[in-house]
Amino acid sequence: MSQLFFGYFAGMIAITSILVVALRNPVYSALSLLVMFFHVAGLFITLHAEFLAAVQIIVYAGAILVLYLFVVMILNVAQDDRYHSQWRIAGVVCIPLLIESMLLLSGGAGAVNTGSRSLQSGPQDAIDTDNTLAIGKTLFSTYLFPFEVASLVLLVAMIGAIVLAKRDIGEHNT
Amino acid sequence: MTIPISYYLILSAIVFLTGVVGVLIRRNIIAILLSVELMLNATNINFVAFSDHLQDLGGQVFVFFALTVAAAEVAVGLAIIIALHRSKSTINVEEFNLLKW
Repeated sequence: MSQLFFGYFAGMIAITSILVVALRNPVYSALSLLVMFFHVAGLFITLHAEFLAAVQIIVYAGAILVLYLFVVMILNVAQDDRYHSQWRIAGVVCIPLLIESMLLLSGGAGAVNTGSRSLQSGPQDAIDTDNTLAIGKTLFSTYLFPFEVASLVLLVAMIGAIVLAKRDIGEHNT
Repeated sequence: MTIPISYYLILSAIVFLTGVVGVLIRRNIIAILLSVELMLNATNINFVAFSDHLQDLGGQVFVFFALTVAAAEVAVGLAIIIALHRSKSTINVEEFNLLKW
């Protein structure tokens, strides 16, 4: 049963991620990215990360993708979108990467999944009981300082976005 | 019954390579930012898969931080795109060649 779910989610994620790159209209690219976000959230649920699945849908699908669609529609540039003129060089760069990753995966696939589930121990059972509670406790104890830094990053990004997108700074003085 | 971790690695590698190819071959700057989102999601899948595999919540916390950085990146990137579109009235990356020799 879990293999069935994984196969469905993985297949849809792979197909929609390829469609994001292959589709010509940016609106369609953004919409297929939306479908991919939902399937990634489903994959998170099968991995016992329910809090992250909810956050994935709320933040990625609800906030980030709406921002993308807003900018695509405010700029109104759906036409004349083709591939970069350097796409042959890019392909030459990417093909060795693809072959390399295939070699790594074919060489390492048998070795990785042999001892997969054998070293689960008892004391970490809290991960299964309440995912949000466990993440909150970890976030506010071990990762407290990175949490504060993340808030600073968001503040700087907000100020930067306002300053960059404002039409003319200081125009109201004249 | 359980899925081996290598399957998640293969899925993540496929999504990440798709993002790299998208960044390299697309000309629309919004499509390039969408491909960056693909790469961030590939790393998120990896983090959560290993968090479940090793029974360690640190991976899920790092996905949380990656999501924060993705939100900041999108806000600043789209503001830059709007400023570029205002100055050149195009979002084709080949038109932005001021720093080329």
